Amino acid sequence: MSQHTLSVLVEDVPGALARVSSLFMRRGFNIDSLAVGPTEVPLVSRMTIVVSVEGLPLEQVTKQLNKLINVLKIVELDSGSAVERELLLVKVRADAQTRGQVLETVQLFRAKVVDVATDAITIEATGDAGKLAAMMRVLEPFGIREIAQSGRVAIGRGARSISDRTLRPVPAATSHAG
Amino acid sequence: MSEQMTGAQSLVKALEHAGVDTVFGIPGGCILPAYDPLLDSEQIRHILVRHEQGAGHAAQGYAQATGRVGVCMATSGPGATNLVTPLADANMDSVPIVAITGQVSSAAIGTDAFQEADIRGITMPICKHSYLVTNPDDIPRVIAEAFHLSLTGRPGPVLVDIAKDALQATTTFEYPTEVSLPGYHPTTRPHGKQVREAARLIAQAERPVLYVGGGVIKAHASAELKVLAELTQIPVVTTLMARGAFPDSHPLHLGMPGMHGTVAAVGALQRSDLIVSLGARFDDRVTGKLDSFAPGAKIVHADIDPAEISKNRVADVPIVGDCREVIADLVVALQDEPADAVDHAPWTAHMKGVAARYPLGFEEPADGGLAPQHVIRRLGEIAGPEAIYVAGVGQHQMWAAHFVTYERPGSWINSGGLGTMGYAVPAAMGAKVGDPSRTVWAIDGDGCFQMTNQELATCALEGIPIKVAVINNSSLGMVRQWQTLFYEGRYSNTDLHTAGQTRHIPDFVKLADAYGCVGLRCEKYEDLDSVIEQAMAIDDAPVVIDFVVERDAMVWPMVAAGMSNDDIKIARDMAPTWDEDDLENDPSQLAETTEGVLS
Repeated sequence: MSQHTLSVLVEDVPGALARVSSLFMRRGFNIDSLAVGPTEVPLVSRMTIVVSVEGLPLEQVTKQLNKLINVLKIVELDSGSAVERELLLVKVRADAQTRGQVLETVQLFRAKVVDVATDAITIEATGDAGKLAAMMRVLEPFGIREIAQSGRVAIGRGARSISDRTLRPVPAATSHAG
Repeated sequence: MSEQMTGAQSLVKALEHAGVDTVFGIPGGCILPAYDPLLDSEQIRHILVRHEQGAGHAAQGYAQATGRVGVCMATSGPGATNLVTPLADANMDSVPIVAITGQVSSAAIGTDAFQEADIRGITMPICKHSYLVTNPDDIPRVIAEAFHLSLTGRPGPVLVDIAKDALQATTTFEYPTEVSLPGYHPTTRPHGKQVREAARLIAQAERPVLYVGGGVIKAHASAELKVLAELTQIPVVTTLMARGAFPDSHPLHLGMPGMHGTVAAVGALQRSDLIVSLGARFDDRVTGKLDSFAPGAKIVHADIDPAEISKNRVADVPIVGDCREVIADLVVALQDEPADAVDHAPWTAHMKGVAARYPLGFEEPADGGLAPQHVIRRLGEIAGPEAIYVAGVGQHQMWAAHFVTYERPGSWINSGGLGTMGYAVPAAMGAKVGDPSRTVWAIDGDGCFQMTNQELATCALEGIPIKVAVINNSSLGMVRQWQTLFYEGRYSNTDLHTAGQTRHIPDFVKLADAYGCVGLRCEKYEDLDSVIEQAMAIDDAPVVIDFVVERDAMVWPMVAAGMSNDDIKIARDMAPTWDEDDLENDPSQLAETTEGVLS
């Protein structure tokens, strides 16, 4: 099984997310993560979907996604030519004795402290999956109280945009004769 | 300034603009506003069915008989959920239908209101697309889009769910001149390079087969197919969805492939070195055990749906496009192939020899009872190739696929992919409405018939004189066949008691009579022709014939589920023999061998 990151541009209409997630369920494709947000184009959303599949099923995933009427474009981003990021919020046990070591870890991973309590620190970190996993390994001995992690978002390197597209209207059916 | 009207009036007007002449449906609370202006429409005939499933299958039958979009209408909740089976069926068999359902008022959506069901959510995986309309201004645009989506590209079902308050509110009507669907651009023109590559493979192949699916019928490509087959002299197999796409009487036709395919059709695919798939999808009922299907064949796969290509079997040459254009382009590209291309004649002659050696057959029952195959074959001979034959699902369906001779596209309508028992009567009703000049025969089983025969009332009252042949073996015959073969004859829950020694419940002749139809019964050979001819002579009422047939008849040939197509049986424990050596070792001997077989 290999992991693939798909950037999917969809029309921002009710039901679009349900159609995509229902398709993955029905066809037995595994979603590792899914992140949805707006784009620079009004009424177009971007989904970043991470899937674990073999080579041929990935082609099936993209072809089936393309059949959804609300899906405008699908691009596979490979980690070599794209920037991939996840956001992690983690609440770590930290008292007066251990706080210094936790803060050191925060610095080491260029993370940020976003909340402090007498016996805990909440840390915000961004990075690729590998970096976040590494930070979690270092923090684990202090005691992880809670984590909230986003799905992956990704964008291709260089000047090109995947949202360049043309809208091609076609004549309406005035008679449904075939 | 545009005229003011209600959302319901806008809906009816939009349907008129879309060219609708027939709607099959049942009114109810939430769709009620739409039924009021429907009463005034001079263009649209609404046919009041007895169950919404009947409306959906009727729309399918209408669509397949006319090549136009079939329309069905139902109310919210149970009305809408009764359309689920026809929508799933239309999705599997790529039948263009539009279903219009009423929904509870927008303020009540999500509150578990009376007769509320999230029909858009329920049908999302089984529709090509679906809409929930809460703003009446959207109605004309949505209807235009729904009809466009349903009929173009790979056809399929589109659901339009409209909230009651949107039907009641005031709006203006403007039918769009263009539909704007930025995420929908089906490819119909095939790629020239791929077509040339396919032509090259065809010219070089020694044992090619044209594997023809329902896409050829949807694309109206039968004429082009005939040109291609005759130009190349390649044998043709037509799938269950493609019966009629290529004339059964044509010498290059080897019949239907698959689980119950002919020995020649199944054998040709298994032994081919090139399969040219035209609008087919390598369904499991065709391929059998996938990894042993046609092991030596390269694959040219042409389909309008790119997701079908390489889904089940990897294609060597993928061609995305409309079958009619693909085949036409292939014919042109083949002209450029060198004249010294491989001669397919020995292969074609060999397969025709196999076809002659293993024709479709059946045994007449020893006790003098009616063989179901015999009944269906006679029916086809008497009604002829200009009739439309509509089947349910099961043994009778397979026999109808085999023993009626199909000569033209559109003459065979059935539920292929979903396998919906009960399809025949309502679909035949829709086909007859769509093409009233043709004789329409529903060939049904006694199990199927009891699932949807309430539409006989619709047929009788609306003047839709279909003919129904109930192939009555008093059991769920296909299931019974599997119990015979794979469950040691333990007949768990397959006896329907519709014929035989004891009680007949129901009595189909009385049932037909109760529904205002002519009911006939045939139990003996000597009555067979006269009963069919009697039914053929009646054109002012629906007719039901109860053909009481032998119970133990089985559908052959058969490839057991999950087995390789190489394990095809022509009868229980009987496998065909293959003269492989003739073909593979010494082609020069072949003409002689097949000559011997054919003579």
